[in-house]
Amino acid sequence: MSLKTRLIPCLDVMGGRVVKGVQFVDLQDAGDPVQAAMAYDAAGADELTFLDIAASHEGRDTILDVVRRTADHCFMPVTVGGGVRTVDDIRRLLLAGADKVAINSAAVTDPDFIARAADKFGNQCIVVSVDAKGRTGAEGWEIWTHGGRKPTGIDAVEFATRMVERGAGELLVTSMDRDGTKTGFDLALTRTIADTVEVPVIASGGVGTLDHLVEGVTQGHASAVLAASIFHFGTFTIPQAKQYLRDHGVDVRMDPSDIRPEQRTAS
Amino acid sequence: MSRVAIIDYSAGNLHSAAKAFERVARNLDHPPEILVTADPEMVRGADHIMLPGVGAFADCKRGLGAVPGMIETLEERVIGAGVPFLGICVGMQLMAGEGREKAVTPGLGWIPGAVERITPSDPTLKIPHMGWNTLRFERPHALLSGIADGPDGLHAYFVHSYHLHASNPEHLIASADYGGPVTACVGRDNLFGAQFHPEKSQTLGLRLIENFLRWTP
Repeated sequence: MSLKTRLIPCLDVMGGRVVKGVQFVDLQDAGDPVQAAMAYDAAGADELTFLDIAASHEGRDTILDVVRRTADHCFMPVTVGGGVRTVDDIRRLLLAGADKVAINSAAVTDPDFIARAADKFGNQCIVVSVDAKGRTGAEGWEIWTHGGRKPTGIDAVEFATRMVERGAGELLVTSMDRDGTKTGFDLALTRTIADTVEVPVIASGGVGTLDHLVEGVTQGHASAVLAASIFHFGTFTIPQAKQYLRDHGVDVRMDPSDIRPEQRTAS
Repeated sequence: MSRVAIIDYSAGNLHSAAKAFERVARNLDHPPEILVTADPEMVRGADHIMLPGVGAFADCKRGLGAVPGMIETLEERVIGAGVPFLGICVGMQLMAGEGREKAVTPGLGWIPGAVERITPSDPTLKIPHMGWNTLRFERPHALLSGIADGPDGLHAYFVHSYHLHASNPEHLIASADYGGPVTACVGRDNLFGAQFHPEKSQTLGLRLIENFLRWTP
């Protein structure tokens, strides 16, 4: 089997700007998501995810412009999440150059939206975000919406199964307990879902070290691992992370890039 | 100036595909015009034709059929006049005799065979086959020139649950390994299809697009 584990950097975008800034040495504008995307593309990231964290109505046009300009320069798969609520939202993002959309709250409030979206655009471009927290004083995990502020009472594993039945082609499983803590993925959550569903699972939330990435695959059984801050703040580079994964038995893509930087100047 | 027509039938990632083609075209000695079009007249005047496609086989076939005169023009130019043709993802699958996704749907019938669900021998393998995989070339082809295959070769980006099973083994150009062989490229004469997405496959993809733009079958 030569399908490789994917390493996916994630950029949080608000109003067309990267929220925390991206600390790459050679970026002129650390807040420009397109420049950050180009840097990740050149570094060999396997996919890129934009999370539009404001996702207000006027914010939609800004993210569309970011996606369009990214697709002008980056020849890699791009996923966009945040505020995707209608079939029209999806159509606009795909036309702008996104390959997949990640659907969060709308999947919880209207599960049939996933079925309509998958019928319209194909399962392959419908990613459902499974944002979960461990239940207090009980077994299992519960789905939370609105950036981890609203509990729903819905069991995360049941939710994941139902979303795949309705046509989700991939699940982005984020531990809201671990997000931002740098203490590693919730491996039990990731593994339980990955072992239950037929579609690929992306592990997300909590990466602080390169060992965490390895564990996400070897113990969490994820097909892809997503991280934000360890790359943004320059703690590790994409090639360092890939080398580390490879050295620890995780098969990753390490193609030489012949796309020269001078051809990547933004217009 | 020669013209490359990318068929717009509301079933493709047209922006990404056009940008990748434009990027490659700029570096050629005689850059062709890259035209995204739903107009059969524009397709009739093209020197290269690319058919994209994402989504379900039946929806894509219906969408292509809904563009007045498009299928007839494609038949006339690609099959009749031998214009170089590249189908990508579902655009490649549509070349088959029939699709068996959800319902049985007739395809263009250019590559005898059927589009069937991938059935990896290892049941723990995920469907869709999603991500970066290496290729195995079954036979040499101009569009694969300069691309390394095998376990240490370059990677292509795949996202699909179905693949084209060609009835004639000579039409199988390249495969990928995913719990057994998965069709990666098919072709005959002036026809070529890639199951993966060249426009999303960085180094390998841009090289394949360049080979296509230089191709004179």
